[in-house]
Formats: sequence, structure tokens, C-alpha cells
Amino acid sequence: MDYLLIQVLNGVQLGLLMFLLAAGLTLTFGIMDLVNLAHGSLYMMGAYFAWTLIGWTNSFVLGALLALPACFLLGVIVEIVVARRLYARDHLDQVLATFGLILFFNELVRAIWGPEGRSIAVPAFLNRTVNILPGVPYPAYRFALIVVGTIVAILLAWLVARTRVGMLIRAGASNRRMIAALGVNIELLFSLVFGLGAVFAGLAGLMAAPIASVKIGMGDDILIVAFVIIVIGGIGSIKGAFVAAMVVGQIDIVGRAFLPDFLKTFMGAASASAAAPAISQVLIYIVMAAVLVWRPTGLFGQRT
Amino acid sequence: MAGLLSALRTPRGIVTVFLLLVLAVLPLLTQAFDQRYLLSVSTRIVIWSIAAVSLNVILGYGGLVSFGHAAFLGIGGYAVGILSAEGFESGWLQWPVAILVAVVWATLIGALSLRTRGVYFIMITLAFAQLVYYLSSGLAAYGGDDGLNISRSRFPGLIDLRDKAAFYWLCFVLLCGTLWFCSRLVHSRFGYVLRGAKSNELRMTALGFPVFRYRLVAFALAGAFGALAGILLANDGAYISPAMMSWVKSGDLIVIVVLGGIGALFGPLYGAVAFFVVEEFLPPLLDLLHRGWGEYWQIVFGPLLVMIALYARGGIDSLLGRRRD
Repeated sequence: MDYLLIQVLNGVQLGLLMFLLAAGLTLTFGIMDLVNLAHGSLYMMGAYFAWTLIGWTNSFVLGALLALPACFLLGVIVEIVVARRLYARDHLDQVLATFGLILFFNELVRAIWGPEGRSIAVPAFLNRTVNILPGVPYPAYRFALIVVGTIVAILLAWLVARTRVGMLIRAGASNRRMIAALGVNIELLFSLVFGLGAVFAGLAGLMAAPIASVKIGMGDDILIVAFVIIVIGGIGSIKGAFVAAMVVGQIDIVGRAFLPDFLKTFMGAASASAAAPAISQVLIYIVMAAVLVWRPTGLFGQRT
Repeated sequence: MAGLLSALRTPRGIVTVFLLLVLAVLPLLTQAFDQRYLLSVSTRIVIWSIAAVSLNVILGYGGLVSFGHAAFLGIGGYAVGILSAEGFESGWLQWPVAILVAVVWATLIGALSLRTRGVYFIMITLAFAQLVYYLSSGLAAYGGDDGLNISRSRFPGLIDLRDKAAFYWLCFVLLCGTLWFCSRLVHSRFGYVLRGAKSNELRMTALGFPVFRYRLVAFALAGAFGALAGILLANDGAYISPAMMSWVKSGDLIVIVVLGGIGALFGPLYGAVAFFVVEEFLPPLLDLLHRGWGEYWQIVFGPLLVMIALYARGGIDSLLGRRRD
């Protein structure tokens, strides 16, 4: 029972990280109609910025906090130099150009930080366990991730649903040309949203870094999962992204935690432990396919 | 013959005929100048051209951005690899089975994917490709993540695929066959319906064409030729691995098609040549500018793709003048 609880929490934690990554993606997608494959690169850059800044400041919190404005700046630069020219183009151009950006960023990281992976240590004050229930220890860092992730998710929901900027974002998602016609500085809004997305992606990257590792291309595979999440949730929907991220987080963790034992009942232990992660990944894509067949624009997407 | 002569009057015709002639006699040239490496690069160019031609059918003529085409290469390769690992080494068995599996899979996922539009289509094709990718990396018996060394398909008495030059010519003949088939296809009624649906789906539907079915057939055909490229790829290196269908490979294929000129018959061929020429020659070129820069050639290549997407829509094909059709 405790094991189950811990695995569910791990799923929540992964889901929240994925939500942070997917939130920026679904915003740029819903509002600017941009397929941004390079969003995973911003995730990677967040982790590398944090690695450098933590090294300079000798403090995880300070380094992480400094990395966020760096991500914002990078996002705004990418928006102004490349992304802005792509909004009016068709999806194929966007895929091609942002694919080029991925190659650029991966190689840039290799040139600056070197080919070998880096690691960020779990900060000392979180390098212990907390009892989530009496007698059930859970790593404090992962618990902190859940707390931070939840706070950021609530902040984002508040920003989108309750503030003037959020109102413009929602208006932009439903009709771009109309809000431009109403005199809103749409270029500024787009830069802001893109920068915001970069901050969330960077935050996800640097928070994941102590658990996984900081390496080239770390954002590429996770980006695909983020795309799956926004497609399941419905493009442009923050709520959909959150629900889908939670579902995907649970599938992934539960698959990893329980599939091996299940598979061992009818195949060898070695092939079961090799097949289980693959099957849990496959499950995610099957869920997505099922959702798209059932609702071709995702769970919370706009009907056309 | 008359068609060939009239083709030679346009820059596009001259370039294409020249390119095909060079490719046709390439093993003789590489033998004469003892450039074995060049032959292996050219083999890859020809194989990736086949893959790109097949993607061009749905992407260029159908207007459907499929972001998972490498999966068909993987299916072709794995069908050959698994059969050969199980002791069925005859190409007469392996190749039809590989293509059949790809067609069945393409029909299945096409039927699901084609229900969606725009970016959802991009993502669902990507997702299905990832699904195949993870399935293959979960096949511990066939190498899992590491891939598997296989023995090449056998065609006793006909051709020995271990002979590099013979294998190259086989690939080249198959490329010509693929191009011929593709040109017949797009100039047929079927091709016109497919292209019509690209520019105005509603109108084609109103005219009474079952657009969905036409697209599904195109998707399955593209899958079949993609599998052919995968079969050749597996036989080229005598090796299969999940890496051959990673989503980056699907991206590379899109790059090749767009680089060459989307929806142009020979576009994928130009694109593949350009892609591999850049990959082979950009690093040494950068090293000439500054020692050590060559290693980081993708810093230049990435922005190059951005520029192509922004400013060079028609690709190389559009540099050769207006198209007749």
C-alpha cells in the first residue's frame, strides 16, 4: 500500500514537471499557432543555465532563481529572431525551422559545455526524506518538486483566468486578429507569452536536473511526450494540458513500477524488465491515439 | 527518346539527366579513383532518396505533414532483421513480407491518423512512429536499444548483396523504379485527385471523390516504399537498430524533401544529394576556416534550415526554373 502511494506521488511529480513543459507549448500553440519543436531546447538550456549559475553562486536556490530570467531572455530572443517570422507560415515551415533550432541548440551546448553530461546535486537542505504519512518516508527533493509544481500550476491558472494579461492571452487564443484590431500590442503579447513559456520550460528542466541528468538532447524526447500531452488535452487548453499531464505521469510511473512484476508472471525476468519501460511508453501513445480517434481535437480542444 | 531530348532543353532536365548519369556510373568512377568511402556515401544517398520520394507522395502531393515516416524504414529493416535472425535469409521471402507488414501498418495508422487535421495529424503520426520506436527498443531478443547485427538478404544465383558495387546498382535501379512509379502515379487520375484534395479538400469532396480513401491509399503506398528504403538500409550496414526510426530521422526526411523542393518529382533526389553533401563537406570546410570548428557544423546547419524554411520555400527545384505542371 505504501509502495503504491509512493509510486502515485512519483507519478504526480512527473506529471507536474510535464505540465510545466506542456503549458508553455500549449500557449504558444494556442495563441500564436506555432509548432515549436525547439521548446525542448529551452528545457535543456534551463538546466544548463542553472548548472552554470549554481556553480557561480554556490547555492541551488539562488542559481535556479537566476536561471529563470536567463530563460526568459533567451525565449524573447528566439521569438524576435526566428519564431515571430513563423506565425503566419504553415506548419511544415514551422517544423522545419524549429527542427533547425534544435540542431543549433544541441550543438551550441556541445560547443560551450562540452559533450559529456553534467549533474546538479540535490541541495543539502532537501537531501533527506520527509514522512508523508507516519512511517512512510519520501525523498524531500521530490516532495519539494510537487510543492513547487503545484504552486506554479496554481499561479499559471490564476494568471490565465484572473488577470488582464491572462484575459488577453485567452482572447488571443480564440481570435488573434480581433484583439489586434482592438488596439492590443500583439507583438509584445506574443513575445511575453513566448518568454513565459521559456521560463516554464527552463524551470522544468532545472528541477528535473538533480533527478535525471543535464545532457545534450535531454529536451528532445521529453518534448515529444509534452506534445502528446497537449494533443490529448486539446491544443491551447491549460486545463487540458494539466489533466493530460497527470494521466501521462501516472501511466509512465505505474507502468515502470508495476509492469515488470506483472510481465514476470508470463515471461523471463530479464526480458520483462527490458520490455516494461518500452511498454509503458507505448501505452502513452496508445492513449493518445485512442483520445484522438474519440475526439479528434483532444479532450478540451475547441470543436471545429 | 524524344521525351529525353526535350527534357534536355530545360535547366531542370539537364541537371536531372546529368545527376542520374553520374549516379548510374558511380561505382566505376569510385573504383577508378579508389574512393570506397564515396561509394558508401552514395549508397546512403540513393537509399535516403527512395525514402524521401515515398514521403514526397504524401507530404508533397497529398499535403499531409507526416512526421513519422522513419517508422516505415524501421519496419522494413526490422522485418528483414528479425526474419534473418530466425534463419529465414531468402530475400524472396524477406522483402515481400517486410513491405506487406509496412502496408498493413500504414493502412491501420493511416485510417486513424487521417481522421485528424493539421497539427493533430503531425503529432499523431509522430506518436505512432514513437510507438514503433519504443516497441523495437523493447525487443530484448533482437538487440533492444543496442540494435542487432544481421546477415544480408540472400538472392542465390541472382545478386550478392555483400558486393558493394552490385548492391549500389541494385539500390539505384530501385530508385529509378520508385521515381518511375511515382511519376506515373502523380500524373494519373489518382494523382490529380490527391493534389486536388491538397489545394481544396471541400471542393474535391463536393465533386464526389472519397478523399479519405484516396489519402489512405497514398499513405499505404508511401509506407510500402518507405519500407523498401528500410530493407535496403538494413542490408547496407547489415545492422538494424531503433535509431534508424528515431524521430530525428523523420525530421531529416522532411528536411530532405523540403530542401529538394516539395511536390517536385526529382526534388527528393536533389534534397538527398544536397543533405549528404552538406553533412560530408561542411565540417571540413569549417575546419579550413578555423581548426576545430568542423566538429560543430550543425551550429551552421541548424540556422541554414531556418533560412530555408523562411526564405526558400521551393527548395533546390525552384532554382531550376518554373515547373511545367
